[in-house]
Amino acid sequence: MSIVTTYIGKIYKQFRGEVLVLPSRTVVLLFCLILLLLPLATSDTYTLRVLILASIFAIFAASWDLLSGFTGQMNFGHALFFGVAAYTSALINIHVGLPPPLTIPLGALAAVLAGLVIGIPCLRLRGPYLALATLAFPLILDGVVRAIPSVTGGELGLSGIAPLSSSRVVSYYIAVVLMLALGFIMWKISDSKTGIIFHAIREDEVTARASGINTTKYKLLAFCLSGLFAGIAGGLYVHFVRIAGPSTLELLLSFQAIIWAVFGGIATIYGPIAGVFILYPLTELLRVTSEIKMLVFAGIVLLVLLFMPEGATNWLRDKTEKICPRCKLRNVAIRKKCRVCNADLD
Amino acid sequence: MAALIIINGLISSSVYALLAVGFSLIFGVARIINLAHTAFYALGAYLIFTFATSLGLNIVPSIIVSILIVTIIGVFSYKLVIDPVRQHETTVFIVTIALAIIIQEALLMAYGGHFRGVPTVISGYATIMGVKVLYQQLLTFGVVLIILLATWILLMKTKLGVAIRATAQDREVANLMGINVSRIGMITMAISVGLAAIAGALVAPLSVLSPGMWMHPLVMVLAVVVLGGLGSIKGSLLGALILGFAETLVVFLAPSGAFLKGSVALTIMLIVILVRPSGLFGVSFEEER
Repeated sequence: MSIVTTYIGKIYKQFRGEVLVLPSRTVVLLFCLILLLLPLATSDTYTLRVLILASIFAIFAASWDLLSGFTGQMNFGHALFFGVAAYTSALINIHVGLPPPLTIPLGALAAVLAGLVIGIPCLRLRGPYLALATLAFPLILDGVVRAIPSVTGGELGLSGIAPLSSSRVVSYYIAVVLMLALGFIMWKISDSKTGIIFHAIREDEVTARASGINTTKYKLLAFCLSGLFAGIAGGLYVHFVRIAGPSTLELLLSFQAIIWAVFGGIATIYGPIAGVFILYPLTELLRVTSEIKMLVFAGIVLLVLLFMPEGATNWLRDKTEKICPRCKLRNVAIRKKCRVCNADLD
Repeated sequence: MAALIIINGLISSSVYALLAVGFSLIFGVARIINLAHTAFYALGAYLIFTFATSLGLNIVPSIIVSILIVTIIGVFSYKLVIDPVRQHETTVFIVTIALAIIIQEALLMAYGGHFRGVPTVISGYATIMGVKVLYQQLLTFGVVLIILLATWILLMKTKLGVAIRATAQDREVANLMGINVSRIGMITMAISVGLAAIAGALVAPLSVLSPGMWMHPLVMVLAVVVLGGLGSIKGSLLGALILGFAETLVVFLAPSGAFLKGSVALTIMLIVILVRPSGLFGVSFEEER
């Protein structure tokens, strides 16, 4: 018995030392807990719907961050991955009749292929040229989709798609758990050796290549990974909303992803997720209360970015945490000494 | 048919050229991709509608007043929201798109979503090669030529033009040579937005106005400047000519061309930059780290 209590005590001590010691980690823990426990408190279908869509868009925005935030390959046409996966999932579901657990991975696979297709020609381009070339792809596809209504349903899109699940709460858990899991995976990727190479490519591609890194391979890898995650989001979206229309390819969706990510703070993964969970419910709230939703939305984004050009999460993190000058570990801003090496925090 | 295509192609090319030159100018000087550029064009068109149709003023003074107002709004938005975040490339992008959305929503609130029309400056038409050509279309074409010539003279022959080109080439050295770089940035923004407003004034009588009218020209302008090479005026002109004609050809010749006109123009742009990664006349900037 005493062994059990000692172990629980040890685990709690570890937990306090690793998680509760930093406000950012505590906030992430609270965020996960609240999301997972929310259906116990409310079964309001509208709230759940908003949160499901927020989860889907969070995956989407984080996947943009994995490509553009980390490797610096500005992708202005991220909706391409979303739209390709959405249409592929929908077409397979309608014509072959496969259930959502199979169509979503197939859609994501199609998005990976799309990542290769745009990644290979875009390797030669850099800076604004790359951004504007990527912008072109979803718009080209959008024109094609509208021009062949017999296959794609044209303006109205495809309908009659199987739902994610028959109950709203189950759909909620599918979306939220997938979002948390994929977010964690993306965060782990960004923290791994691959992630460091992505950082290096953004900071200075020539130097990265001079250090023996095959930057071409890693840039393609970033396109494919980003396509994979965005594709999963697209598949989830189409099975939740049950309509695959040209709106999944449009310019504003690409821009939305970037707005969410930059608002939250790029090259962090958790930033875009936070950005979506702040901005998406806000837009929904504004839609109910007023007709000037986009005006207020754009105004808020503008003001926040004027004062926090690095994004909201980075700004908050800089305010609440300090980096120890000696051991580079993070500390709460109110501490005078580092929690590990006891060096003076300036 | 051929004459019709040539005339429509020339009109749309000339409008795209005006927009693209302004876009190129501010990109060259301040390295800003101003996605709100065509929103200013829409704003210009709507202001003319206000003065000419709602308030019943004469069309020519209302055009001049509108261009001035749009230019002032453009300079203020540059000073207040774009310039402070100029260092952060992605943030500039978001800020300009937010500006565009704000302008669109403001137009939607003020005028509603209906399609609007603006009276022409001169009425009547001439018949050239069996095709009815509105005098307004001829006027548009002529004005664009004059404005482009004036811009070229300003850039090449005046002291201000030299300063703008120097700033575009190397901001730091231009600063060391005693050029007030931030003021040049503001003046360039004024010229750029002014050109957009003039384009709006020229397009307004020839087409219908709606709050979302900035979207398609934005895509086309981006394609034009990338095709021609960012920051190159010559490239912008050539790009506008190519894509303006490509668009018109698709609309007239291809089935369901109205949907595909953007796709075809963007595909041409893609092919060009895949062959020449910095566009037709892209100036290679020294490595900016």
